[in-house]
Amino acid sequence: MSSTTGKDLTTGEHGTAGSLVNDPLAVGESAEAFENPGLPEHRHRLSDASPAGAKKVERQVALIFGLSMLASIVGVWGYFAFPMDATLGNVRYSTLSIGLGLGLGMLGIGVAAIHWAKALMSDVEQVDERHAQRSDDQTRTDAVQLLKDGAQDSQIGRRPLLKGALVGAVALAPLAFVVPLVGNLGGTWNVNAMRHTMWRQGTRLARDPDGALIRPEQVTIGSVWHVIPDGLNESEHMLEEKAKAIVLLVRLDPSELKVQPGREDWSWQGIVAYSKVCTHVGCPVALYEQQTHHLLCPCHQSTFDITDGAKVVFGPAKRALPQLPITVDDEGYLVAQSDFHEAVGPSTWERQRPIRGEDY
Amino acid sequence: MVKALAGARRSRFAPVLLMLLALLAVGGVYAIAAPTPAAADTSSPDQIAEGQKLFQANCASCHGMSAEGRDGIAPSLIGVGSAAVHFQVSTGRMPMAASAPQAPAKPPQFTAAQTKALAAWVATLGPGPSSPTAEQVDASLGDAANGMLVFRTNCAMCHNAIGAGGALSQGKFAPSLFHTTPQQIYEAMLTGPQSMPVFNDANITPEAKRDVIAFLMEQRADNASPGGANLGAIGPVSEGMWVWIVGMGALIAAAVWIGAKSS
Repeated sequence: MSSTTGKDLTTGEHGTAGSLVNDPLAVGESAEAFENPGLPEHRHRLSDASPAGAKKVERQVALIFGLSMLASIVGVWGYFAFPMDATLGNVRYSTLSIGLGLGLGMLGIGVAAIHWAKALMSDVEQVDERHAQRSDDQTRTDAVQLLKDGAQDSQIGRRPLLKGALVGAVALAPLAFVVPLVGNLGGTWNVNAMRHTMWRQGTRLARDPDGALIRPEQVTIGSVWHVIPDGLNESEHMLEEKAKAIVLLVRLDPSELKVQPGREDWSWQGIVAYSKVCTHVGCPVALYEQQTHHLLCPCHQSTFDITDGAKVVFGPAKRALPQLPITVDDEGYLVAQSDFHEAVGPSTWERQRPIRGEDY
Repeated sequence: MVKALAGARRSRFAPVLLMLLALLAVGGVYAIAAPTPAAADTSSPDQIAEGQKLFQANCASCHGMSAEGRDGIAPSLIGVGSAAVHFQVSTGRMPMAASAPQAPAKPPQFTAAQTKALAAWVATLGPGPSSPTAEQVDASLGDAANGMLVFRTNCAMCHNAIGAGGALSQGKFAPSLFHTTPQQIYEAMLTGPQSMPVFNDANITPEAKRDVIAFLMEQRADNASPGGANLGAIGPVSEGMWVWIVGMGALIAAAVWIGAKSS
C-alpha cells in the first residue's frame, strides 16, 4: 500500500491522523503494530464435558454405520428381488434399489466417520511450525554426485550407439498405440466425402422417413416437407448419406420469392429446396416459421430467410444454406437437377479449396 | 368439540378457509346444475345462421363482417375451413384478447355448440379443410411407433421430442401438446395455425396423423417416464437447474458441515 492511499484512507476516517502515516517508518511499524491474536479460547464439546455426551455420540455414529449396513443389504437384495428381464418396471426398481443401496451404504460410512472424527476425536487446536523445504548443502551435493556416478557407470557418454538405440526405441514404442488411435478417428480420410451427397441429376425427392415420392401439386403453400433422396433407405451407409443429403422443401408464393441471380431455374413454381444441415456446426435446421418464412437452427439459433436464398439473418452461421436445384421429370415427380453446387454442412478450410477434375 | 370450534373461529385463517369452502360449494352446485350444451353433428341452416350471428358479434371487428379480413389486422377466413375455426376457437386462441407476437391458448370463450356453429358458417364461405371424424382421431387405432417416426421428422424440432413445447423467435413459441385434444392436434397439422407450417394429407397422411396422435397420447400415460421424474421434459434448463441448485447445494451443505465445529 502506498503512503498516499494510506493517508487518504486514514484522513477519511479520522481526519487528523494523516501525519503519522506519512512517515515511512511509521508504515513499517504499523504493520507490526497488529498483534497476533493467537488461537481463540478452546471451547469444549458436549461429548468432552460428560461421559454421557460421549456415549450419545457413540450411539449416533453406530446408528449411522448401522443404516449404511442396512442400505448395503437392501442393494444386494434389490439385485436378486428384481431380475433384469425385459419388463420396464423391474429395470426401474432394480437400478433404483441397487443405486440407493450403494449410494447410502457409502454415504453412511463417510458421514459416520466424519461425525466420529468431529465429535469424539481430540479437537484441541495445535500449532505445527512449517519446516524449511530446502535440504542442507551436504545432502544436495550427495544427490547430484549420485546422479553423475550413475551416468558414468552406464557409459552412455562413451557409447553413442547405445544412446541412439535407446532414443529410437523409446520414440517408436508409442506409435503402435497412437497410429491406430488416430487412424480410427475418422474412418475415412477422404475430405472430399463432404463435397458430395447422394443427390444426382434426376434423383427423385422422397418423403422422410418412409420414402414416398413427391409431386409438386402436393406441396401446397405454407406446408413444409422433410425430404430425402429416393433410394436412401436402401443405400448401404444409410445414416451417413442421410446426414448429408437431408433437404427441406417449401412452396412460397412466387411474389414473395426473391430469386437469386444465377439460380433462376433452380426452383419450380415457387417450390424451393434447401439443405437441412446448418452451415454453422451441422445441426438439422428444421424449425420453420410459416408466417415469417424464417428457418431456425435449434442448436445456436441461426436463422435463415427462405424467401431470400436462405441467407443468414441472425445467429452464428456464416453462409446461406446450400440450395438444391430441382425440377419436375416427365412422370410429374420432383427431381434434383444435380447435386448441391457447394459442400453442405459446417464451414471448414477444405471447402474453400477448388474441386479438381470433378463435375456435378 | 364445540368449544374448540368456537375458539378456532377467531383464528386468522378462518376467513380464508370459509371463503374457500364457499367457493367450493358454489362451484360444486354450478357443476351439477349447469345445463349441458346440446350437441349437433351436422350443420343445419339454423346452426349456420347462429354461427353468422356469433361471428358478426364477436369476430367481425377484426376479420370483417363477411370474414374478408383486414390488411395488417386479421387474415381473410374465406376458405380456411371448419378445422381451422374449431382449432382456433376451441383452444381459446380466438377471439384474441390482445395484440401479441402469437395468440396464446386460453380458456375457450364459446361452448362446443357455439364453436361448431361458427365453424359451420365459416365453412360455407369457401371450401377448406374440415374437422376430422371421431375415427380419424382415435388414438387407440393409431400406431404409436410409426407416429414417433413421423413426429420426430416433422414436429419434434419445434414441439420437443415428446411434445413438451419449445421456443421460437421474438416471443413466439411452439406450445406444449400435453393438454391438446386429439381433434385439436389433427386440426393443427391440417391447417398450420400461426407460425406452424401446414402438414397436408399428402405430406402426413390421415393414418399417419392418427399415428402421431397415438404417439402423443402415449406420452401422457402414467408410465411414460420409466426413468423417474422427468422435470418437465424440457431438456437442459430444468435438468441444469436441478444439478446446479439441488446437487451443488447438497455438496456445499456437506462441505460446510464437514468444516463446522461439532457442538
